[in-house]
Amino acid sequence: MRFMPQTDADIAAMLKTIGAADLDALVAHVPESLRARAAINLAPGRGEAEVAAQLGALAAMNGAAAGYSSFLGAGYYRHYVPAAVRAITARAEFATSYTPYQAEASQGTTQAIFEFQTLITQLTAMEVANASMYDGASAAAEAVLMARRVMPKRRVVAISRALWPDYRATIRTYLSALGEIEIVEAPFDDLTGAIDLSALAAIAGDKMLCAVLGYPNSFGVIEPIRAAAEIVHRADAIMITATAEGLALGLLKPPGELGADIVVGEGQSFGLALQFGGPGLGFMAARADHVRQMPGRLVGQTCDRDGRRAFCLTLSTREQHIRRERATSNICTNHSLCALAAAVYLSQMGRRGLRELAERNVELAHQAAEALAARGIKRRFNGPFFNEFTAAIPRPAAALEAAERRRILAGTALAPDYPEISDGLLIAVTEMNHDAEIDALARTLAEAAAGSVEAR
Amino acid sequence: MATAGKISGVSPIRKDHDSRELAARDTATLPIGTPLIFELSSDGRAGADLAPRTKGARSGAEILGPELCRDDLPGFPELSEPQVMRHFLCLSQLNFAQALQFYPLGSCTMKYNPVINDEIAALPGFANLHPLTPPHLAQGALELMARLEAALAEITGMDAISLHPAAGAQGELTGLLCARAFFNKRRETRHKVIIPDTAHGTNPASCRLAGYEVVVAHSNDRDFIEASEVRRLVDNDTAAMMVTNPNTLGIFEPQIAEIAAALHDKGALLYMDGANLNALMGVAKPGHMGADIVQLNLHKTFSTPHGGGGPGAGPIGVTRVLEPFLPVPRLKNTAAGWTLDHARPDSIGRMRSFHGNFGMLLRAYAYILALGGDGLANASRLAILGANYVRKRLEAHFPAASAEPSMHECVLEHDLEKRSGVTTLEIAKRLLDFGVHPPTIYFPLIVHGALMIEPTETETKEVLDAFVAVMERIYTEALSDPELVKTAPHSLTLSRVDEAQAARHPILRWQPK
Ligand SMILES: Cc1ncc(COP(=O)(O)O)c(C=O)c1O
Repeated sequence: MRFMPQTDADIAAMLKTIGAADLDALVAHVPESLRARAAINLAPGRGEAEVAAQLGALAAMNGAAAGYSSFLGAGYYRHYVPAAVRAITARAEFATSYTPYQAEASQGTTQAIFEFQTLITQLTAMEVANASMYDGASAAAEAVLMARRVMPKRRVVAISRALWPDYRATIRTYLSALGEIEIVEAPFDDLTGAIDLSALAAIAGDKMLCAVLGYPNSFGVIEPIRAAAEIVHRADAIMITATAEGLALGLLKPPGELGADIVVGEGQSFGLALQFGGPGLGFMAARADHVRQMPGRLVGQTCDRDGRRAFCLTLSTREQHIRRERATSNICTNHSLCALAAAVYLSQMGRRGLRELAERNVELAHQAAEALAARGIKRRFNGPFFNEFTAAIPRPAAALEAAERRRILAGTALAPDYPEISDGLLIAVTEMNHDAEIDALARTLAEAAAGSVEAR
Repeated sequence: MATAGKISGVSPIRKDHDSRELAARDTATLPIGTPLIFELSSDGRAGADLAPRTKGARSGAEILGPELCRDDLPGFPELSEPQVMRHFLCLSQLNFAQALQFYPLGSCTMKYNPVINDEIAALPGFANLHPLTPPHLAQGALELMARLEAALAEITGMDAISLHPAAGAQGELTGLLCARAFFNKRRETRHKVIIPDTAHGTNPASCRLAGYEVVVAHSNDRDFIEASEVRRLVDNDTAAMMVTNPNTLGIFEPQIAEIAAALHDKGALLYMDGANLNALMGVAKPGHMGADIVQLNLHKTFSTPHGGGGPGAGPIGVTRVLEPFLPVPRLKNTAAGWTLDHARPDSIGRMRSFHGNFGMLLRAYAYILALGGDGLANASRLAILGANYVRKRLEAHFPAASAEPSMHECVLEHDLEKRSGVTTLEIAKRLLDFGVHPPTIYFPLIVHGALMIEPTETETKEVLDAFVAVMERIYTEALSDPELVKTAPHSLTLSRVDEAQAARHPILRWQPK
């Protein structure tokens, strides 16, 4: 087998050294009743060409990846991935190493993570960021658990109903075993699509642990974080923001400036391929005085014995391998290579490039919203938006089908997650969408709304 | 100092100097190493060019207005593309990695990661596939996931597989929450989970998150768990026991069937930590051992790259009775092809967004296709061969911590601390001078000064022999010149990194002066 180098002679010599008759003798101590049934009934191995052909055929069955113009978003966004990002993350020095426990042999990984942590603190205007979480949704769940460690006596977790459904569901699962927590959904304002601040104020009280808001939220609306944070802080509770479209932080006011105490999000937009939804990149940033309650790995700066700058994993006494059941989290393997991708991406886009790209996303999304409005399709909510908005369209499922027949993936219907919004179609527009696509989208949806595109 | 012989291939840039001599010099004159990306930045440089706008007059910032927009990104890097490339390529040179060095990091299965799998992951049909693509346009991806589920079920002997969890630890939590949901459904409340003293730290941490109290089971003097110990601990308040098999000493738990029976007698479940599955393929299936739940670390057994600490993937397998509790969505075969089923009332819910770390799943599937059933069985046997070979060859000076036979890894001890004050950590650092990534050290916790060595099946006998020679040499050095070992490494770009200082005075980000 091409991945295994042992010749018959090697195997014979090694067995002789060990004093075993054959390979099976090495597992003879495993109960016979188990060994007898252990054969793996799968097809024989294949050469590289056959593997490539089979997987290539499966890839080709995914029609949607090519030949369609796409306005899918809802937590995962189509952005251009610069070749430099792929070239660096493909480097075996990064890809085939593991957790940098041996600092002297891992300065590449540790320094890159230190840079990633810094970039995230700059984007969020927070003081510390960890070395990554699995994705935005699990990072949001970990943020609530972290808040609970900071304020163990508080019970009520307010989650905006306009927080991404995946994030809400993940938070619920992570909290499900910790009985004393009460999750309350804070409603949205049906006009603006933003959180209903008076409803939030009604939830805020001396039992409130934290509030979690999307920024932007699951309708694309930019939440009034500052006002929400004031309400949350008046109750002495913890303000958590969750940003699924990381690029938004290149232009929007950073959550740290608006009063957020813990900032989480998804960094997929920073140079990661869509890859059917994973691996993504959870990021988490917090205030320095909460650092010992943070989950996940942290890299810190230090020196070697000769006084040279060096980087290593630090504050590990928070972590499972030291603290075991009293650890701040069970996370071990995280999404380090994705953090590296983000570090390369953000470094390359740079201070101006990232902002320009974010602005371009705003411009194109607003161009699309205006094109739709010009054809009579209004926005479902009037709150401000970044690169994603909810169009008000009757029977969105039918409109999506009609668009698909014109090879347009027009977005995501809100109804499955929000039965109360039967007429919402979430449309994301990025730098990958050009003018002609936007025009075709507007035309097609207008015709679908008017019922002039025949149903399938 | 004589330049140490390097074991395998290229190593990072090495300055052959004597660190003791260097330490004596004025540190202020030393180079500061690779600058941070922020220190290379210069106002006005850019590494990306955006196509000019074709329509619209108002800029994004004007559209949103100053209320919503930030002023600037202070401190953010400004570099050209070639600078960015050079910076990160320079950083890459400072890493040890499986592709470049022998990397026998125990419990982590640092085997070769087939490069074709990265190419496959980059195919547009996979790389550009949005997770919310209508299922009928994503049949290739869903079909692949279904085939991977079936293959993992066959390899483990479990009834159902969920590909949802992002890593081993998330698989543990997912599995324990399924156990919890299972008992809730039967209106039973149980509070305890039993965990052996040899367990990986994620096990107790996951228990706590799943709302369980940890009860520690003690290994016997032969370093495995006896069924009698389990019988002593298990009661009607026990939800499950988490058993790693082979355990973290690399020993197959010989009483696993009796342990399962003892648990099942009290209505408790057997959770098997399958991180060490690289020992078991074609040798023994968790399902046959009586496991009710098992998590698999695809980044270990199934060759997906470890990425400097992830991403991985941590699918779980369960028995039929636990299947209704698996996270959503579940793959479902319908007349119209594969779909994703969210309507599962007993499910624990979601642990993350979307459908799993697909980019890792497809690599694992490609690996399984490449090896086939017999090849996987062979991989496990050859992994076991390598571990036992290293163990045997090192036994004079680094005896095994346990007399039991080793599976895919061996845990060794040594007497150097007593004889010359040289610690396991110092041995590990000295290994770096020879171009070897150290084994896992000080784990499992029950072995004093443990060296946990997992060679994997993809290393040659020559590499293993060279490793043995290096370990022997370090043993000799530790007796004849202990300072040489204690002050290692000597041949890397850095000498020993001061981890205590990093924790005492945390500096967790760069800040402008
Ligand atoms: C025995 C064992 N269990 C669980 C884990 C946790 O897996 P992960 O790091 O993928 O979360 C590991 C590895 O880190 C392990 O070695």
